[in-house]
Amino acid sequence: MSKWSEFKRAVVSSQVWRSIFRHGYDDTPRNRVLMVSGNVWLHLHPSKVRRHGIRLKFTWCMGGITFLMYLITVVTGVYLMFYYRPVAEYAYADMKYLEFDMPFGMLMRNMHRWAAHAMVITVWLHMFRVFMTGSYKPPREFNWVVGVVLLVLTLLLSFTGYLLPWDQLSIWAVTVGSNMARATPLLGHEGPFGEFTGVNPVYDARAFLFGGGEIGAHTLLRFYILHCIFIPLVTSLLLIVHFWRIRRDGLSGPAL
Amino acid sequence: MAEPKVLTDVGRAPEQVAAAARKEKTISKAKGPGDDKVHSWPHLVRIEFLCALAVIAFMLVWAILVDAPLEEPAAPTRTPNPSKAPWYFLGLQEILVYFDPWHAGVVIPVLIILGLMVLPYIDINPKGNGYYTYEERKFEIWTFVLGFHVLWIVLIIVGTFMRGPGWNWFWPWEPWDKHKVVAMTAVDLPYLFGFRDYWASAAFGVSVVVGYFALGTAALYGAIAKLKGRAFLKRWGAARFSLTAFLFLNMIAIVLKILLRQGFNVKYIMVTPWINI
Repeated sequence: MSKWSEFKRAVVSSQVWRSIFRHGYDDTPRNRVLMVSGNVWLHLHPSKVRRHGIRLKFTWCMGGITFLMYLITVVTGVYLMFYYRPVAEYAYADMKYLEFDMPFGMLMRNMHRWAAHAMVITVWLHMFRVFMTGSYKPPREFNWVVGVVLLVLTLLLSFTGYLLPWDQLSIWAVTVGSNMARATPLLGHEGPFGEFTGVNPVYDARAFLFGGGEIGAHTLLRFYILHCIFIPLVTSLLLIVHFWRIRRDGLSGPAL
Repeated sequence: MAEPKVLTDVGRAPEQVAAAARKEKTISKAKGPGDDKVHSWPHLVRIEFLCALAVIAFMLVWAILVDAPLEEPAAPTRTPNPSKAPWYFLGLQEILVYFDPWHAGVVIPVLIILGLMVLPYIDINPKGNGYYTYEERKFEIWTFVLGFHVLWIVLIIVGTFMRGPGWNWFWPWEPWDKHKVVAMTAVDLPYLFGFRDYWASAAFGVSVVVGYFALGTAALYGAIAKLKGRAFLKRWGAARFSLTAFLFLNMIAIVLKILLRQGFNVKYIMVTPWINI
């Protein structure tokens, strides 16, 4: 026996190693179950799945790819947060700094933006696939509802992030996108029946969203906190529910 | 001193591993012809891993080749023409051409979200659960394709590529003329039918809208009764039927309003002092 394999065996049979990695790659049925059920990340899967339900032509892997997009935006987003200040005076300059001075800054920003756009598309495709396979049917009705909320949250995440570069594209896209809030019936100052509730330009649904009557520095901070903290927290919580319910109900498939 | 035990990678003796395998075989034996399950590890996890690798590689290439846009600094006093929302909202911005903001920006999005949410509760077809089928779900698939692909995606494409200054129509190969003159010849439906009095017009408009929903619901009821039978309607229930009819007619109404504007220059169908539709 070579010195190397002796050393390897000494390491993997040590108390420290075995306290960290509870089991190895033995190809036994028991170990295959343990690989999934004993791992906090992998145990989001059921330990056994229907054979046809994992085929790519059935799932398109779209739910998984959507989650991967979410992870990419989280990782690149944290990287960008180190260099970006959500203050009207600095935000745009920080974008330039990030693009030209920061190591991998441009790459991280591009990844973040394209992954966010791609996530909107993959979440639609995932929804389309789930519709076409009828996977929202009992017992998975409520998980579809959770999924619809996640779709809305995906759009809101993308939308709040749109403002942060603080360039012409962002403020006007967000202005146009938020104008509907001031037309909300009863709650918007330009909406029907607004006069009955006493709303005005600085005190209505859009002002609540903007933190003031017009888009400005206060809006930037508000959207930054929504984008980086509030909506990701809610999204993560709902993702846990979404995945957990898939695990409980199993992957969908024809009745046996 | 005794010979040290030969251990496998995980620190278990080979005979232990073999014993575990023997023991496990009895537990995981097939439960019959219906048991088509496989272990997630490795069958599912390896697909996910390979997918993730491919997608990350694709995203890296995309991010290296194409830069995210960054325009000049924000200037709240200089409004670009046209001002466009992010692309995924351009379907909604596009229907602002046909509906007032409270309708296009608030009511329709809320109906879309609610309509998607109630989908599993109004679709009681037990077939097509967990496999692809067109034959068993024709009506569901056509509705979804109309709402999702035709309306949502086409409107986004129109809003993104066909709209220029003043939200006027420009083909992608046409230059954007900021001073393009478009005659505003659209008139309200009551006017088209010869109503000139304000309140008579309002009453006519309201009855057209109410009549559309009443007649549409009746027509839908008749069609479903003929296609699926009264027994199905009874099983489906009044709540499910009326919810489906309301949402479906709202979706069709968007198409009809677009056709009325493009074909007959109709601005509003219903004009009242409070809301216009």
